[in-house]
Amino acid sequence: MDFLLIHGLNALLYSSVLFLIAGGLSLIYGVMRILNLAHGSLYAIGAYVTAWSIGAAAAAGAPNAVLLLLLPAGAIAAAAVGAVLEPTLLRPFYKRPEEYQLLVTFGLLMILEDLIHLVWGPNPLSAGRVYESFGSITISGARYPAYNLAVIAVGIIAALFLWAFIYRTRFGVVLRATSQNMRMASALGVNVNRIYIQAFTIGCFMAGLGGAIVVPGQSAVLGMGVDALILAFVVVVIGGLGSLEGAFAGALIVGFVREAGVALFPEVELAVLYLIAAIVLFVRPAGLFGRA
Amino acid sequence: MTMEKHRPLLRTLAWVIPVAIALLAAPHVVGPFQTLTLLYGLVFGIAVLGFNLLLGYTGLLSFGHSAYFGAGAYTVAFMVKYFKVASMELFLAGSVLISVIISLLFGVVCVRYTRIFFGILTLALSQVLWSLAFKFFWVTGGTDGLRVPTPSLLGAAPLADKMEFLAFQYYYYVLAVFTVCVIVMWVIVHSPFGKALQAIRDNETRAEFIGIRIRRYRLIAFVVSGAFAGLAGALWAPLNGLATPDVLVWTFSGEIVFMAVLGGFNSFIGPIVGAVAFTYLKTYAVGFTVYWQLLLGTVLVVLVLALPKGIMGMVELLVAKVRRSR
Repeated sequence: MDFLLIHGLNALLYSSVLFLIAGGLSLIYGVMRILNLAHGSLYAIGAYVTAWSIGAAAAAGAPNAVLLLLLPAGAIAAAAVGAVLEPTLLRPFYKRPEEYQLLVTFGLLMILEDLIHLVWGPNPLSAGRVYESFGSITISGARYPAYNLAVIAVGIIAALFLWAFIYRTRFGVVLRATSQNMRMASALGVNVNRIYIQAFTIGCFMAGLGGAIVVPGQSAVLGMGVDALILAFVVVVIGGLGSLEGAFAGALIVGFVREAGVALFPEVELAVLYLIAAIVLFVRPAGLFGRA
Repeated sequence: MTMEKHRPLLRTLAWVIPVAIALLAAPHVVGPFQTLTLLYGLVFGIAVLGFNLLLGYTGLLSFGHSAYFGAGAYTVAFMVKYFKVASMELFLAGSVLISVIISLLFGVVCVRYTRIFFGILTLALSQVLWSLAFKFFWVTGGTDGLRVPTPSLLGAAPLADKMEFLAFQYYYYVLAVFTVCVIVMWVIVHSPFGKALQAIRDNETRAEFIGIRIRRYRLIAFVVSGAFAGLAGALWAPLNGLATPDVLVWTFSGEIVFMAVLGGFNSFIGPIVGAVAFTYLKTYAVGFTVYWQLLLGTVLVVLVLALPKGIMGMVELLVAKVRRSR
């Protein structure tokens, strides 16, 4: 029983982070019809910025509370990068075939991966002190790191916020309208350029937040973004590209399957995930929650 | 009158013959390092030629061609390790067979989609192979990869000196295979089948109305494309001496796309030009800085922004300008 509980919590932990990454990817695609191959790199930037700022503050002797406040730094940094990238690099491509959009974001991926290497060097960065400061709690006799519970909470809160934001605010209405019909929204007076930059920034913020909350538990390493992107793809393929509900469901499915895979069939864990994605596509081409 | 009729042929021969002479003479003129770089370029050229049957002629952007290239390379490595095969011809046959099987399996799923979904799906499926190669390390050697020794060509034992073997014997062998591949692809894209693919690319609905079975045609194109990539992977394995998961990972698929765009995917020879140019670019960028990805990424972004038709598009533009000024 404890065994199941611990694994269940681990699966939720993993799903939370995946939801943040894949939700951002899906939001950007839903609104702008751009599949950002560099999305994983923004997640990596979030992780690196948080690890680096917490590391610097810890070296300066800051107390744990300050370190905790620095946690969102990565998310803010990723959002800032996104806010710069969208108008400069992506805007010229909206009218061009999507092959070019994929290519330009692939170029961006190469650039960002190396910039991370250039700025933070080849060694992993960690922010383990935050993780340790949370200590551990005892769940029916087994010790479990309390920080992981905090990550799960952040994932759930982020999902709730996003849902409220998109379905219960005026901005959300405009965002959904733009997503459904960009020309019509534009004709009705929506400043589409502004919506695009906002949507892209929010998507990048989510990816950065994913990186920021993951980094105390595990180090920021080179290539983490590329790996994360592939899993985010699996999530959005299962859930439906452009759908937040889909990203949520997909993240849970991938999280639980992956956790079961690590415990039961470690060799084919990734292959099983891709297989699930392929089956979902075969049965429901647009994904579980997608509109064809 | 007869001159007029043969004009396009003569014009083609006017650049094919010098290029052929240059390729034949290359190992004797330039050093082994240059020859090997060119050799890598030719091998990738075959893969990108196959890739472009999908992108340039069928209008499908695959982000998963590393799967078929890697399948070809690993087939060679497995044949060496488990069946003690040393004949290059058997390697080529085995690799084409395996990559055809895999691309058929993946293709059946992928060709149901177009545009961005096709791209994601090819990418995700290619990563299945990568994760298997990565995880089953007792079979595949994991990240260390599997060693591929020098093969025998046409039954003849290879030269003892590996460099000499690669830069002469193997170079001419690859050049011959490359030539055959170019001719086969030329025939394919100029056949009724190739024209049907282009019709599908330009207007799916109309193509369907005139009786083209779209999915079947796309699947055949997918499999042919995968076979070319697999063949290239088989040729690459002895050249590299090692089959590693690096050629299965999706960023390598990205490099294949890069090559096609660099050369210009609207032209028949664009992919080949792109593959050779990319190989040189990468070789020098890697030698020049550890941040070669930064350099190449910037090149890609600038290319897509300013020169979407690639090198061949630029050449065509120049040729047109010269003609007009005459």
